[in-house]
Amino acid sequence: MTTITDQKHIMLRVEKKQVDGPAFATLFFNYALPFKPGQFIMVWIPGIDEKPYTISYHSKNEFAITIEAKGIFSQKAITLEKGDLIGIRGPFGNGFDIKPEDAVAVVAGGCGMAPLATLVEQLPENTCFIHGARSREFILFPDRFDMDRLFCTDDGSFGRKGFVTELLENEIASGRHFDRVYTCGPEIMMYHVFNLCEKHHIPCQVSLERYMRCGFGVCGACVCGKQVVCKDGPVFDSSALRGIKDFNTKALLKSGKEVDLAQYFSWRCK
Amino acid sequence: MTIQFLGKTLKNPMVLASGVLGNSNDILKRVHESGCGLVTMKSIGPEPRDGHKNPTVIDLGHGMINAVGLPSPGYLNMENEWKDLEKREFPLIASIYGGSVKEYRMVAEFVSSKKPDFIEINISCPNSEKHGMIFGINPQSSHDVVSAVKKVINVPLIVKLTPQAPDIGDVARACEDAGADAICAINTVGPGMVIDIESKMPVLAFKKGGLSGPMIKPVAVRCVFDIYKAVKIPIIGLGGITTGEDAIEMMMAGATLVGMGSAVRYRGIDVFQTVADEIDTWLSDHHYTLEDIIGAAHKEDAS
Repeated sequence: MTTITDQKHIMLRVEKKQVDGPAFATLFFNYALPFKPGQFIMVWIPGIDEKPYTISYHSKNEFAITIEAKGIFSQKAITLEKGDLIGIRGPFGNGFDIKPEDAVAVVAGGCGMAPLATLVEQLPENTCFIHGARSREFILFPDRFDMDRLFCTDDGSFGRKGFVTELLENEIASGRHFDRVYTCGPEIMMYHVFNLCEKHHIPCQVSLERYMRCGFGVCGACVCGKQVVCKDGPVFDSSALRGIKDFNTKALLKSGKEVDLAQYFSWRCK
Repeated sequence: MTIQFLGKTLKNPMVLASGVLGNSNDILKRVHESGCGLVTMKSIGPEPRDGHKNPTVIDLGHGMINAVGLPSPGYLNMENEWKDLEKREFPLIASIYGGSVKEYRMVAEFVSSKKPDFIEINISCPNSEKHGMIFGINPQSSHDVVSAVKKVINVPLIVKLTPQAPDIGDVARACEDAGADAICAINTVGPGMVIDIESKMPVLAFKKGGLSGPMIKPVAVRCVFDIYKAVKIPIIGLGGITTGEDAIEMMMAGATLVGMGSAVRYRGIDVFQTVADEIDTWLSDHHYTLEDIIGAAHKEDAS
């Protein structure tokens, strides 16, 4: 039986704010957070709301979250400054499965770069690193890592014009071998990456997003098929993904109503 | 360890409490397959409702506090769910709520036509100003809801009660008199409140919320004990059950079936099978059957 531990919020003050281009900001906190890439925390802004966020920087005594201003919560979060108070619960979820000896590819799309950042830092230099976004201003952390990176944008304003799946397909076609592909980004992008991996029999790890409440697998708000995203995930491997019929098709609104993904995302980004 | 409950055979006496994981057919099926005898859908309301803003659920270590706030697509907006559930191969409780006797009756009549195995009316939720608990704290208003609902459904009716009732035995008796087929007790305790001292603010967005988990078990056991004395209909006992020994204690208080919710946090989705196995082991170690222990703590009263 797991130890029953207190999971009330740990209250922290913003230590430093880093502006990441016009679309993103990163908030740093001095706190030793036990954390594995792919996990998430629930972030509470008192008086506003509480939302799941991934950790975008992590070291022994410091961590950071990166915000893209989309909805009411994130528009508030992006205005936080040094000294402002937030609460965190977690970390929750399973995290990525990392095997240092494997040859891997990382495929990031838009703000999906944030949860992959701490993973990338643990991967060898010969990792195939593909990073895409709508346009130049949505490329998060363009100068951050030592590793070579293949960039693309939908409009061609940064890197190649096109999609991450095309870049990944090129790498596979060139004869490059991958033991595993990690991906995070818009669900439709991850779905195409997954299908490409299936076609080439490459195991894939995908980080899913759904509306969450408890963060620890009880309330059921984030169920996706028979999977509980906050607890069984948010990272799912190929064998789990094959069994999730809601992957890239359905999600639950806050009321619990099942809708198609387009309707879900238009609500989430309000 | 099969058990009979209101004419149905269940594979074990374990019940998934309403409000926990009951959001879709797929997840209810998984909970059943992982070892739960009877699963409950999240409470269904008269109209679409988002529930409260986060934070809604906080783990306090010795239990949880929540004010999820009865989110529901609304009974008329669940066609996919009903279609999926029609093909189910597991016993199901549909939980419903309303803001008036008329709303309870309206939702119940519709839900009954979708043929769940049982309907549970939630007259005990502390997390909404106008739904739930206001009915369940009073025997007369409980009687009114139960008798109205009973007239329009054709599946057995379970009534979920609140420990906030001044005399839960009186409320249970009123429900039995009005035609309830079983009692489910207890809903969350409170409401309580947790204040964050750094921000000087209540942590839950709704400010107050219901308590669940190990910290409420003694309250739940007392309530089930009182209900067992008051009525003849079977009881689903829940509130803080996490282990086989907890479940046996609840059965000795008078529960025929035992529900769990917060325990999923502490021991995972498989907790239902785990606790069923623990009950089984305890029974065989003591050379008892389930029938021997249900209500066993009342023998002093009888003599």
